[in-house]
Amino acid sequence: MAILDIAKRLAGREVSAVELAQDSLGKINALRDLNAFLHVDPDLTLAEARRADARREAGGGEGKPLLGVPIAHKDIFVTRDWRSTAGSKMLANYVSPFDATVVTRLSEAGMVCVGKLNCDEFAMGSSNENSAFGPVKNPWDTSCIPGGSSGGSAAAIAAGIVPATTGTDTGGSLRQPAAMCGITAIKPTYGRVSRYGMIAFASSLDQGGPMARSAEDCALLLDAMVGFDPLDSTSLDTQEAKVPVWRAFSDQIASKRPPDKDFDGLRVGVPKEFFAAGLAPDVAARVHEAIATFEKHGATIVAISLPRTALSIPTYYVIAPAEASSNLSRFDGMRFGHRAADYKDLGDMIAKSRAEGFGREVQRRILTGAYVLSHGYYDAYYLQAQRVRRLIADDFQDAFKSCDLIMGPVAPTTAWKIGEKSSDPVAMYLEDIFTLGVSLAGLPGMSVPCGFDASNLPVGLQIIGNYFQEPAMLAAAHRYQQLTDWHLRIPGAAT
Amino acid sequence: MNWEIVIGIETHVQLATNSKIFSNAPTAFGAPPNTQASVVDLALPGTLPVLNGQAVQYAIKFGLAVNDGRSDNIARRSVFARKNYFYPDLPKGYQISQFESPVVTGGSVTIYVDGMEKVVTLTRAHLEEDAGKSLHEGLETAGVSGIDLNRAGTPLLEVVSEPDMRSAAEAVAYAKALHGIVTWIGICDGNMQEGSFRCDANVSVRLVGAPLGTRCEIKNLNSFRFMEKAINYETRRQIELIEDGGKVIQQTRLYDADRDETRAMRSKEDAMDYRYFPDPDLLPLAISDSDIAKAQAGMPELPGTALLRYLAEPLQIREDQAIEYRKGRRRDIDAGWSQVQYGLPRAVATQLVSDKKRNDYFEATIQAAENPKYGLLVANWVVGEVTAYVNDAGGTFGNPPLTPAQLALLARRIDDGTISGKTAKEIFHFIARGDLVGSADDAVDQLIAERGLRQVSDTGAIEKIVDEVLAKNEKSVAEFKSGKEKALQALVGQVMKASAGKANPGQVNDVLRKKLAD
Repeated sequence: MAILDIAKRLAGREVSAVELAQDSLGKINALRDLNAFLHVDPDLTLAEARRADARREAGGGEGKPLLGVPIAHKDIFVTRDWRSTAGSKMLANYVSPFDATVVTRLSEAGMVCVGKLNCDEFAMGSSNENSAFGPVKNPWDTSCIPGGSSGGSAAAIAAGIVPATTGTDTGGSLRQPAAMCGITAIKPTYGRVSRYGMIAFASSLDQGGPMARSAEDCALLLDAMVGFDPLDSTSLDTQEAKVPVWRAFSDQIASKRPPDKDFDGLRVGVPKEFFAAGLAPDVAARVHEAIATFEKHGATIVAISLPRTALSIPTYYVIAPAEASSNLSRFDGMRFGHRAADYKDLGDMIAKSRAEGFGREVQRRILTGAYVLSHGYYDAYYLQAQRVRRLIADDFQDAFKSCDLIMGPVAPTTAWKIGEKSSDPVAMYLEDIFTLGVSLAGLPGMSVPCGFDASNLPVGLQIIGNYFQEPAMLAAAHRYQQLTDWHLRIPGAAT
Repeated sequence: MNWEIVIGIETHVQLATNSKIFSNAPTAFGAPPNTQASVVDLALPGTLPVLNGQAVQYAIKFGLAVNDGRSDNIARRSVFARKNYFYPDLPKGYQISQFESPVVTGGSVTIYVDGMEKVVTLTRAHLEEDAGKSLHEGLETAGVSGIDLNRAGTPLLEVVSEPDMRSAAEAVAYAKALHGIVTWIGICDGNMQEGSFRCDANVSVRLVGAPLGTRCEIKNLNSFRFMEKAINYETRRQIELIEDGGKVIQQTRLYDADRDETRAMRSKEDAMDYRYFPDPDLLPLAISDSDIAKAQAGMPELPGTALLRYLAEPLQIREDQAIEYRKGRRRDIDAGWSQVQYGLPRAVATQLVSDKKRNDYFEATIQAAENPKYGLLVANWVVGEVTAYVNDAGGTFGNPPLTPAQLALLARRIDDGTISGKTAKEIFHFIARGDLVGSADDAVDQLIAERGLRQVSDTGAIEKIVDEVLAKNEKSVAEFKSGKEKALQALVGQVMKASAGKANPGQVNDVLRKKLAD
């Protein structure tokens, strides 16, 4: 059910926040084989729900469409009431003394937290197989991965457990699992959503965002998440960043279009590099069909080029591990987190605690990052990658001279079998080719369901906008979702 | 052989901000362990640094102070970088510092050694955070070490000099001058015991004219005296090593004050790769014209400027002009007391400008005395008797033994001949110790009146005493008349004794000579 419909039923007292929370808790329990949730605490959730109901009774529901609506947070966001593990053994029992800014804002908007969601360890992965607490299963086919790193967040929406979840995106971690689970997600412009309380992976790339069934739901959620945060120095305080997302989105969808010309005046750029070899034929077909829908309804299709698309993989896999190697240095077994039981001395304690606490992929990235930053290699790797990063961002700006939005696939394939690629990290990295450029450029990107492959696994359409164009992207996706019903399809596992 | 010593100094200046450089935790010294560490200082997951604007203002002030007030050495854009290494007292596993783009580049510090002026060039000054500290004392029996993160995140300005110094004395003069500047402009409390001002010295030796030798860095120089001793030891060590056919190895060495020697801590081979890279959590530090204007507005007169003013010959001002002078009515003096010149000897002036609080006390005393002609007298008292008393009592010039008004009155009474210098010292100590007179401005006059300390300058009275003394000391009179000049001193002593020390010694001398010549 759409969040606005839930809001109407709550406002009309057809349902209470407590009933909604109980419903979500019941589904979490029924679908626990999906392994989407890491921590559930019904007492805590129901207390929150009762507070939301009381707030409504006290007249606090006015202008609060999210009051009483259930949500679950990716375990990358720290929370006071729930453990915050980042999907890692390192933080298996960690409880934060403060809430992430995103958690605080959504809580202030009245949302009721029903638990914390599984993810790849420290958000590093594209399949959710890197979680220390086991992989998440794709509700469309439980032998398949849900995508990653926000795999639990995407699976929980697809399975109908909650109408809203939070996720984080460093190189595609919101968009790719959304595509693979057939739901909608948006990664905002870098700096729009506060990173305070998000356990850092790669600081210059990390961005939180919402996941939901529809673009309209995402617009509502994003509106509550964005805004300047004095606790995050990279948080944006510009005029453009201050434009309220929901109001701009509403204005856009309210503006009249000629009959059957929903996308009148919209120029859609289609980068040829997104349709090269390696793209699964079914994915290519569904994405082309989606773009054809836009064209049929009035959009102009523009052939564009993002020439450095292939370079985004090595660039990202230098910069992100570099930052990660430093960000994860604080996990030394000293003040919090896992500490080895036996050690000879201080150095041994730090080394053993990290060797035991971090999984293989995290260790791989820390080693890669330390290497590219080390003396004698810094210029050739890190500095060079930063130069290419700027060029990649320039490519997007060139492209936006001739189009308003860029569209293409989110990922080269649909969901693969659990275990299929876990022994080949490079094959896994290549899966990120269409999402990394957007992250490196700090641009907003969306994933919108646009059909299924021959195995009935969802395919996602990626919509990329220029900086601060979230309302336009969400509005285009919303109009598309008025013309299609892919986002309303529900997997068998959820029924 | 003709050895030349080459010294460069790195100084960690702890900035006197209320809160830490990247968190809002307080910076006060001496709190119980870990009570002044916020979630940011503890590096809890999800925390992010936010730069303290006060620390930036202090860095700008420093840049201005070492560049004659000009701002061309202040970077309009500088970058915070992460210095990565593991240590228990480094919570994030990296220190946020500035590496390739520091906030201040260039500037200089002027020093005086053996009457010679020398300008030491500064390489750079950059902002960074301090680490916490490991605690071992008292925990031995438990077999553990403690970590206190109160200091973690305390703002530091690391000031790096060029290798311009050529002796331990120059190095100490530089450190003292730098200490004087940072305390003078109020960016550092200068407390070396508490670690607010910490120096490392890079020392090498070479034959005159030869290229620079291999240097060793001496750490842990927490007093000027230790710095001098450590450098002297280290230069001796290096020269002996080379003269014995050895080679200096680039090392970090620790000074052990108990044994007065430096010991190798780690060599260059063990040097860590810090994997510096720009901190992605912080935007580049942008400094605007208004940031600089704000720092300039809050700048006091700099010690170098004050020094030149103190050295300059004073304006001659009559006593009757002094009141107007104080009130700033006269055109030529209406710039106020900060423009006043005293014609002080360089040694005294240099001492005054080395300590802001003492200098403030000096200026306040002159103002209270209402005439710049007391400059030299007051300056001598401030750097002499008053400083000795403050040091002996372990006090500070923030709480001086005499108020500026009291010292001013004392100076006036010396100057107008009411009391002798000797009596003045007695009065000073009496008030300084003092519970009797309290802090009244006229305490000096009260004491003179109550205790009859007024100097006898009445010629008739002195002549009377002299006559009596001459009558009783015929032997000394005869000796003087036979050419023994020393005999006069004995007679002066007798007269002073007979007057209970109150006779004006100059007058006594004159009267005696006159009478003996008759």
